[in-house]
Formats: sequence, structure tokens, C-alpha cells
Amino acid sequence: MKLATKMMRRFGALALLGGTVLMTSGCQSMIVFDPKGPIGAHQRDLIYFTMLLCLIVLVPVLALTAWIIWRYRDKKGSKAKYQPEWSHSTKLEIVWWGIPIAIILVLAIVTARYTYMLDPAKPLESEKKPITVQVTSLDWKWLFQYPEQGIATVNYLVIPEDTPIRFDLTSDGPMNSFWVPQLGGMIYTMSGMSTTLHLQADETGEYMGTGANFTGRDFGKMGFTVEAVSTADFEKWAQKSKESGTALTDEGYQQLAKPGTSGEVTYASIPDGLFGRIVHHYSMSRGAPAGIFEKATTRSELYEGKPAEEDTTIDDEQSGHSMDDMEGMEDMDGMEGHDMSNH
Amino acid sequence: MLDKIKDFASWFFVTGDPLIYGADIAIALTTLAIVFVLTYFKKWNWLWREWLTTVDHKRVGIMYIIASLLMLFRGGVDALLMRTQLAFPDMKFLSPEHYNEVFTTHGVIMILFMAMPLMFGLFNIAVPLQLGARDVAFPFLNALSFWLFFMGAMLFNMSFVIGGSADSGWLAYPPLSELTGSPGVGQDFYIWGIQISGIGSLMTGINFIVTIVKMRAPGMTWSKVPMFTWSVLSSCITIIIAFPVLTVTLALLFLDRYLGAHFFTMDGGGNAMMYINLIWMWGHPEVYIVVLPAFGIYSEIVSTFSKKRLFGYGSMVFAMMSISVMSYFTWLHHFFTMGSGASVNTFFAITTMVIAIPTGVKIFNWLFTMYRGRITFSTPMLWTLAFIPCFVVGGMTGVMLSVAPADFQFHNSYFLIAHFHQVLIGGVAFGYFAGLYYWWPKMFGFKLNEKLGKWAFWIWNIGFYVCFMPQYFVGLDGMTRRVSTYGWDTGWWAMNFTSTIGGFLMGLGFLFQVWQIAHSIKFMEKDTTGDPWNGRTLEWSIPSPAPLYNFATTPMVTDRDDWWEEKERIAAGHKPKAKPELEPIHMPKNSAIPFLQSVCWFAVGFGLVFHWLWIAIPGFIGVFATMLAHSFNYNSDYYIPVDEIKRTEAAARRSV
Repeated sequence: MKLATKMMRRFGALALLGGTVLMTSGCQSMIVFDPKGPIGAHQRDLIYFTMLLCLIVLVPVLALTAWIIWRYRDKKGSKAKYQPEWSHSTKLEIVWWGIPIAIILVLAIVTARYTYMLDPAKPLESEKKPITVQVTSLDWKWLFQYPEQGIATVNYLVIPEDTPIRFDLTSDGPMNSFWVPQLGGMIYTMSGMSTTLHLQADETGEYMGTGANFTGRDFGKMGFTVEAVSTADFEKWAQKSKESGTALTDEGYQQLAKPGTSGEVTYASIPDGLFGRIVHHYSMSRGAPAGIFEKATTRSELYEGKPAEEDTTIDDEQSGHSMDDMEGMEDMDGMEGHDMSNH
Repeated sequence: MLDKIKDFASWFFVTGDPLIYGADIAIALTTLAIVFVLTYFKKWNWLWREWLTTVDHKRVGIMYIIASLLMLFRGGVDALLMRTQLAFPDMKFLSPEHYNEVFTTHGVIMILFMAMPLMFGLFNIAVPLQLGARDVAFPFLNALSFWLFFMGAMLFNMSFVIGGSADSGWLAYPPLSELTGSPGVGQDFYIWGIQISGIGSLMTGINFIVTIVKMRAPGMTWSKVPMFTWSVLSSCITIIIAFPVLTVTLALLFLDRYLGAHFFTMDGGGNAMMYINLIWMWGHPEVYIVVLPAFGIYSEIVSTFSKKRLFGYGSMVFAMMSISVMSYFTWLHHFFTMGSGASVNTFFAITTMVIAIPTGVKIFNWLFTMYRGRITFSTPMLWTLAFIPCFVVGGMTGVMLSVAPADFQFHNSYFLIAHFHQVLIGGVAFGYFAGLYYWWPKMFGFKLNEKLGKWAFWIWNIGFYVCFMPQYFVGLDGMTRRVSTYGWDTGWWAMNFTSTIGGFLMGLGFLFQVWQIAHSIKFMEKDTTGDPWNGRTLEWSIPSPAPLYNFATTPMVTDRDDWWEEKERIAAGHKPKAKPELEPIHMPKNSAIPFLQSVCWFAVGFGLVFHWLWIAIPGFIGVFATMLAHSFNYNSDYYIPVDEIKRTEAAARRSV
């Protein structure tokens, strides 16, 4: 019994110490706490604020817990008061109904203000004209179209710094979520509708982006990079992409949309209104036939003769894309052979 | 012919994975061993008479608990498989397909087939005894609930060796879970496993509400009802409102998959968002369904092991009831990031935060129950004490998640994973463990070894923090849930590796618990008093294990902690309460129908999974036939004569 309390005390102290160390040293290195855009920065501040508010409650409660357990443990000759009948105090209860109500009130007001302020559909204030990127999550890759530039990329984004980016998001497949932690929070991509997210990068750099809602087999391979560059470099990159070859055709898109993973690809042109068609394909298909004769089958039949690992390929060797090295087109040819195989 | 059978088998069974073949062999050997032991010791008859057909709430409770511990094992193995896969970057231990199946199975099992039945087991063991009742209100229905849960769980569980497991996540978001995204039968196993056990859960909810409302001992007014029973009431009210939503949602998904309807499909006017709203209208209350009874357990234990009345009884009841009502108004916080407008997000953010108020109040009331008490550190109390800091931290991260604009950075990341494991393990699992240790002597008549229990406790707890604290940080570093692997360049390795170590520590803790149970059975430390913890409520006033009829005479309740007050009165030299004369006791008879009907339900589910109507239709007929048979069964009860009661009581007293 004594041992238990002793161990508990030590354990508590250790946990507290470890927690503090992790908190203070760890926060800087977490990318959510290292934002590179206005939205991410506001979100970080908000997270710090709520964390602080929580710690104001947490620390005293944990201390009180430790003290009560220590003080009122059952030991011989304990001098602590023992009042087995004492079970009600209106005053005390008012205190601990009051404290959480007050804290939640503060938090609720702050949350409401920030929710309106950081509404992802709200355009960012800036002198520069925003750039639109149309994002489509596919099985299991990202297609980014730049309608104003007339180009498209797969699994990487290049954006100009200090310029608001308007992301129009949809999905041609299961629901995913578009997340670039250092720029700001995520929004879901859903078939048959278009959601909006406004983000901006304040400095140049490469940021990690990822799909955040599970979409099946190769969901884990839906990471992408976001490269923020100067406006001039962005123009240069767009120009170069336009000049360097293959166009994304409607048929090419159909190929791309088939289940499979992909490396980074660049397209010199995009079909007119492709994004709208992707959205409307599902929102307008009212008269779809009932799939009454379709049947589920067993795992063995689905994966028959296909050892699980082999049929998924990532073009690792091609992922070394850079501004000057625009060989994306060849990726596409390489992919059609093995990558886009339908399962 | 032989070729045909071979073809069928290689289609029907899951092939190609050594892990699965290993499981096949283990299942075959275990089945053989069970059959052999039952035959060798001539126990088939015993099994049928005493267990499979029983309607006794104590036995039903024990069966729930055994089943849930088995499920805890399976779900735990799944967890360790996942942690192994994530221990290093670019691991090739599980293929992505297999990983997806494993995390789906882990989630479904832990919530629906581990937490729920363990909870129902504790309901069954404790509630009638706390009320001074002889059984639940509808003992037959209670047995049926159990068998439906059991058959549903088996149906879901078998899918990993037959046909393939579900692999679209524990809540099966469409359109991924539609035929287009999940062409495997695993998704149908999921639907029917949950549907069948869900009927059982709903009936249990009804059963316990009626039991608590109608079967309290005379004198037990609402203000004298033990806190655990109150928590069961609040949980059951939530069940009966939330579970029909689940049933309907999964039925619609089934129609989509089976008949080609377009409720949630991408095309044909389907809307997947509808499913996600519906499933969380069940899913969010569901977490309160499992945590409220844990709150009740903590309340009982804190007061017992502090030798003091529970502080703020009225406040506690109000807090639980308000949580159970508010739990219906928060579902959208699971998808703030789906693009709803700022006004909608604000509403749900605030409703979510508001739940923190009554929850916080409960923490203070537990603390002040210990304040000016005398705390002893037996295993049930240790788990309760560990719960408080764990749940406070988990609750705080929950508040952080509820701040909608901040949630855009937490959603679906490991931060979320760490949060809900902290409240579900630290709140729910710790609570059920505490309850299990607490009521174990009442169930079986012997105590569990305290020393091994303390080892298990410490290993579990240290393992828990080692496993889940790093996940908060790796989540803030951009790691999303359900990724089957990650690269070295992410910088996530150290956190993941630490987390894996913690996961295995928890596994070791579980092994200690198994050892503890085995050891305690062997070196049985009999509870001869019926009141090993110096308890406060009625269940401790009768011998352990409780006799078939629970109470020889119906207790007359005069106080809130009735048994404690009675002991105080006796210690002060007063006479014990006068007991009425023994009378024959009216008891329900055993029935095979719950078991048989559930087997028929199993056939229905299995047949529909494979589109084999020749199994499903006879199954349906069987379900209705057994219902009909029960309706015309008038031979459903009997009386225990007075001298048999006298004999039983004398035997129990002799051992006292």
C-alpha cells in the first residue's frame, strides 16, 4: 500500500517532468507549430491559447489530486481529518460549477470569433490577385489544375509566395482531405461537390502536404509537396510547364483517374472545364442504373494471383522534381505501363 | 468434384498470408481442444443447461465478460500488429490491404465487441444486485441480447479467415464502403455483425431502463439509487435513442450494396455526407454510452475505498443526465472540416465544450469524496486514481479539439488518435477494469491476486503514456491516421518507435492480468464474507457468489448507502433490520430460444453476406419460428420452495 503511493508519486512527478520537457522542447519542431502562412499562424496562436487555458485548469487539478491522495491515504495514526458523513456543500459546488462555466464561456467567445475569422471559404485579404488551384483527389494521387495558367500537376504544387491561393476541392473517388499543415488546416474533398479553402505561404520553401481522410489501399502514398517560390519564379515555372510538352486530355484524365499510385507529373495544358465536369459528373447523374446485379466478392478473388506488395509502384526515382528539371512528361509514359493497372 | 471443392475453398477462405494461415491453425486447434475437453469430461450437458440456456443475469453477465476479454485479446493483437508495422519507416510487415483490414477490425472490435459487452457484463452483474432485485425485468430478453451480441461478434470476427475483413475504417465512410470502393464481402460482414449485435444492445438498453424504473427494492427512492445504477440509466437512455440511428444507417448502406440503391453512392443522387451525419448521430452518443457507466463505477469505488459518502450526489446525477442529453447535440464536431459554414461549426464547437462542464464537475466531486476520507489502495481504487489525471488530460485535449478552427489542424491526425485513446482507455477501459476487479469477488466468490494486479496496473499505465503521449506530437507533426507506412524523411520514426514500445508494454500488462486471473483461480482466496471491500451498497449484503435468487428476502431500503448504514447501526449496538418471513421465490425458467434464435440470425447474416438466399431465408424462417414458439410457451417460470432457500442460505452462512 505504501509502496503503491510512493510509486504513484514518483510516476506522477516523472510524467509531469517528461510532459513539460516534451511540451517546451517539442513544440518548436512540430510543423503545426511552425506555420509559414497567415492561416496556419492564426491557428497556431489559437492552439497555444486553448492549451494555456487548459493548463490553467489542468495543473491545479493534478496538484490537488496528488495532494488529496497523499494527505488522506489510510495510514496508522493519520492526523488528517476524517468526516465520513460529509457529502454536500453548496458553496463548494457553486465554485466548481462556476469555474468550468467561466472557462468555457471565455473559450466559446474566442472560438466563435476565430471560426468566422478563419472560415476556409473566406477570401484572404491581400493586394495581390489570388490564384486559383483546382484540387481533385483521385485513387491514390492528387491532381492540381491551374485554370488561370492552363497547366496541371500531379502530386506536387508550386505556388507563389505572399499570394492568396484559392483551392477549389473535389474528389473523383472516396472522400479525402487536403492538408498542408504549415499553411493551415484541412478541408475535405468530396465527389459531386466543390469545397473551398484559402491559404497563403508567407515565405518560400518546401512544405509537406498530405491526404488526411482514408481512401483505401494506397491512401498512405498520397503525400505531396508544396513548393512556395517567388512570384517571378512561379511565372517562369508556369511558362516552362506550358512549353514542355504533353497535354492533359479527357482520355488522359480517365487514365489518370484509374486506381493506382503516381509520381510527380506536369501537364502543359488542361481540357476546358475539366474540373467542373468532374464535379458535375456526380452531382448530375440522377438517373444512374441500380447496381442490383453487382455483388461483393471474397478477398481471395479480389487479390487472386496478386501478391499484395508487387502491384503498387511509386516512381521513387522520379520524385526528384525541381524547378529546372522538368521531365514530368516522361513519368506519364512510364506510368501507363505498370502504375495505372486497375485492381 | 474435388477440383470444384478446391476452387470453392480457395475462393471462400482467405489465402496467401502466413499470418492468416497461422490464425487458421490456431482456430482449428482451439476448437478441437474445446470439443475434446467438453467430451472427455462429459460437460456438454452442463454447458447447455447451465450456460447456453441460462437466463440468470449473473451468468449472462459472466458470459458477456468472458466474450469481451476474448475480444480484448483479438483487438489488442490487431493493435500490436499495427504498432509493429509503424515501428519503422517503410516497413513491409503488413501490406497496405492487410493494414487497412487490421485497423478497421481493431476499431470495430474494441468499441462494439469489447467495450460494449464488457459494459453490459458489468450492468448484468451489478445492477440487479444494487437494486435488491432478483433478476432484470426481462430475463429472457436479456439472454437473447447476449446471444445476439455473441453471434454478431462471431460473424464479424470470422471474416478475417472467411471471405476477407472489412477495410474501410471502423465507421465505414461511403463512398469508400460502397461496392465501388469496397468490392469485398468484408464490408457486408461488418454490416451484419453490427446489425445483429446492435439489436441486442438496443434490447439491453430497454431492459435495464425498465429494471431500474420498476424493480428497485421497496424504500429505494430515486435519491437513494446507487450511483452506478444511475449511470446505467443515463447510458441506457442514450442507447435507446442512439442505436436505432445506427441500425437505420447500416440498413441503408446495406440496401446500397445489396440492391443497388443510391443513398450514399457517388452517382445516382447519393450523398455520402448524409451517412457521415447519421453515423455520428449514433457514434458520438456511443462514446458517452460507454463512458457514463465507467463514471458510475468510479463513483462507487471512490466512495468505498475512501470510506466516505459520495460527494455531491445530486450534482453527480444531474451531471450524468445532462451529459446524456447533450451528447446528441455534438455530432458534427467529428467533421468540422467538411466545409460547413462558420455558424454551424460555431454551434457544434460550443455544444461540445459545454459537455466539459458537467464532466469537470464530476472530477471535483470525486476529488472531494476522497477529501477527508481514508483512502486505501486496492486494485479497483488504483485504476480509479489513475483514471483521474489521465481523463483530465484527455478531456483537455478534447476541449482543444472542440475549438473548430484549431481542429482544422488536428482533424484525422495522430493528435486525434491520441486524444480518443486517452479518453477511451483512460476513461472507459480503466473504469471497466476497476469494475471488474471490484465486482469479481461477487461474481465468482474469490478475490483476484492483488500483487499481480498491481504489477498489471503499473505496466498498463506506464505503457499507456509511453504509447499515446508521443502520438500527440507526431500528429502535430503532420502524421495522419490510417497511413500504413511513412518515410524516413518525415522525422516521425522516433515518436512511432516509442509508441510501439508503449503498445507492447500494454500488451504485457494484459498478459499480467491473464496471469493474475489464472493464478487467482489456482490459489483461490475465497471471499467468505460477501463483503470483501467493506462495501456500501446492497450487493455486498449477500453472500459471494450471489445465490441464484440473489436476495432470500427482499431488502427494505432506508438510506442511500443502505448496507453501510446498516453496518454502522449494528456496530453502534442496534439490532439489524427485521427481515420478513421466507416465501417461495418466483424465478424464470431456462430457455433454449435465445440461443437458437441467435443462431438463426447468424444464418441470416451469413447468407446475406454471400447472397446465398438458401441460407438466409431458412434463417429468417427460423427467427420467426423461434419467436412464435416463445410466444406460445406458457411454461416459463417456477417457484423455489422455502426449504431449498433455507438450505442454500445455510450453506452460504456456513462458509461465512
